[in-house]
Amino acid sequence: MSEFLQFFFSGITVGAVYALVALGFIIIYNSSGVVNFAQGEFVMLGGMSTVFIHALGAPLFAAALAAILITAAVGVALNKLAIEPARGASVVALIIITIGASIFLRGVAQIVFDKKIHRFPSFSGDAPFEIGGATILPQSLWIIGGALAVFFALYLFFTRTLTGKAVLATANNKLAARLVGINTNFVMTLSFALSAAIGALAGVLVTPVTLTSYDVGIALALKGFAAAILGGMGSPFGALVGGLLVGLIEAMTAGYISSEYKEAVAFLVILVVLFVMPHGIFGRTKLDRV
Amino acid sequence: MRLTSIVKTASLIMATTALGAMALPAMADIKIGSSLSQTGPASFLGDPEAKTLTMLVDELNAAGGINGEKIELVMYDDAADANKARTFATRMVEDDEVVAVIGGSTTGTTMAMIPVFEEAGIPFISLAGAVVIIDPVKKWVFKTPHTDLMACGKIYEDLKKRGLTKVGLISGTGGFGQSMHEQCLSIAGDYGIDIVADETYGPKDADMTPQLTKIGATEGLQAVVNPGFGQGPAIVTRNFAQLNIGVPLYQSHGVASKSFIDLAGEAAEGVRLPASALLVADLLPDSDPQKAVVVGYRDAYEAATGSDVSTFGGHAYDAFKILVAAIERAGSDDPAAIRDEIEKTSGFMGTAGVVNMSATDHLGLDLTAFRMLEIRDGDWTIVAD
Repeated sequence: MSEFLQFFFSGITVGAVYALVALGFIIIYNSSGVVNFAQGEFVMLGGMSTVFIHALGAPLFAAALAAILITAAVGVALNKLAIEPARGASVVALIIITIGASIFLRGVAQIVFDKKIHRFPSFSGDAPFEIGGATILPQSLWIIGGALAVFFALYLFFTRTLTGKAVLATANNKLAARLVGINTNFVMTLSFALSAAIGALAGVLVTPVTLTSYDVGIALALKGFAAAILGGMGSPFGALVGGLLVGLIEAMTAGYISSEYKEAVAFLVILVVLFVMPHGIFGRTKLDRV
Repeated sequence: MRLTSIVKTASLIMATTALGAMALPAMADIKIGSSLSQTGPASFLGDPEAKTLTMLVDELNAAGGINGEKIELVMYDDAADANKARTFATRMVEDDEVVAVIGGSTTGTTMAMIPVFEEAGIPFISLAGAVVIIDPVKKWVFKTPHTDLMACGKIYEDLKKRGLTKVGLISGTGGFGQSMHEQCLSIAGDYGIDIVADETYGPKDADMTPQLTKIGATEGLQAVVNPGFGQGPAIVTRNFAQLNIGVPLYQSHGVASKSFIDLAGEAAEGVRLPASALLVADLLPDSDPQKAVVVGYRDAYEAATGSDVSTFGGHAYDAFKILVAAIERAGSDDPAAIRDEIEKTSGFMGTAGVVNMSATDHLGLDLTAFRMLEIRDGDWTIVAD
């Protein structure tokens, strides 16, 4: 039982990170139809900026806040400088642009920061809590709590605010949204800023546990993307469930079967789910009216 | 189309001139080639290696060169890409006409370059870890770093001394971890070590508690060994402390740098690992014959670059010193003569240990080259032999 709990804790901690990355994918996908492959780089920028601003002497929370703002600004710049000028290009072309942006961001990070692995202290120390014979780090609770808080805040934003509803409207039908007076360009910019900020927050939360370096984004983006697909591309709730599922499957496979097959089993499950439900668990089937 | 034909003609002319130049007698400068991974995923290897070579060449030329001839270093950055490395190898042989080559930061780039130098007959000293580079022995290929086989041997030796024989392995699936994992399995029997658990993790994994929980629950477990490098071992060490498994943890020489202690924090207390003497230069007793070499290199490197010394730069130091000594003894810059002299290297004291090469051993190090270290109070200590 204590073993199961240990695998479970590991799974939901890692899963929460995947969920946050998946959420970033979905916000941009909803507003523009683009899968932003620079999403992992936002996580890296969040972690690395915090490390370096903290090293300059800023308190950890101020450094984290600054890092999130900087990353959001990078997200806006990505939209303004790379995505917007290519408006009218096919979605595939836009996706390729984001792959280019991710390579570019990694390159810049190597120069602006460095190529070493970094870490900053955990928010509430490193002494693990013991629950039922298993242990969990306080930082893991921060990660899980952070992910839940972000999902709750987003839920409120999308359902209770006018701006949030404008984003949803744009996601539903861009042309109609523009016709009723929604500034869809602003919505795009907002989505990139939001998505970058969420990525950066994920980076800030996980760095004490998983460490960070300029190339940490690639693997996270891959897993986050898988989680988004599993949950149903376009559904924020799906991102949460998808992320946690991928994390849990990985941990349980590593624990009960073999760590050799951890990734294989996770991707196998995704393939099976997509085979049965081509739009993911919570994805809605698109209906085209004739 | 026309442009391509111009390019073709131009490269033909260039190739012809290059061929023509080859027939001329040797130039005054001795050309040494190098292809290192200064950028890309293995930049933590290539960067200190490149800085070390540049520093040593400047130093040597300022002192008058070898037998009055200056050294010219032709350096390429292959970014750990085997294809690029091979292209640079061909370029060094055909265009630059180097007399010897140092480099190949990774096993992948090294293996890609070997056929080029073997065919051209250019001595090549690799700075990469894996044992396949020099086993079986290749006529023109040498290397300076310890092999992962030796690291396993050193760890097992220490385990046996402590009377621990039931070992759990948790290995990274990256190139380094995989190679060392195989070596550790292959020689376990020779040391009477019983591998009771064998788990893996991806190089970029965020959490290894499931694997470690499984290993920890293995009956009779007496120690855990973690072959791997990068961030993985630091996370393994933290998870290991979190789970409070209560047996000794051994890391490999792959994490032998100060940043490992910083990253793993308090969890690193009591962790043991084999490492070269360079890491603990100040802790060596004055009577240690290696002390002068490692302290000298460390001080020079840190003064020249302003960054902390690493064992990887030390491998480049050893390679360069062995090569320069060989060229001096050969008294010419004929690649074949240099090769023969490199093979005769004996009693050379480098940062990795004493090097005694022979026709059957193109590495020349033995297990004494490694020091067994233990992390105590956030710093290295040498475990007495």
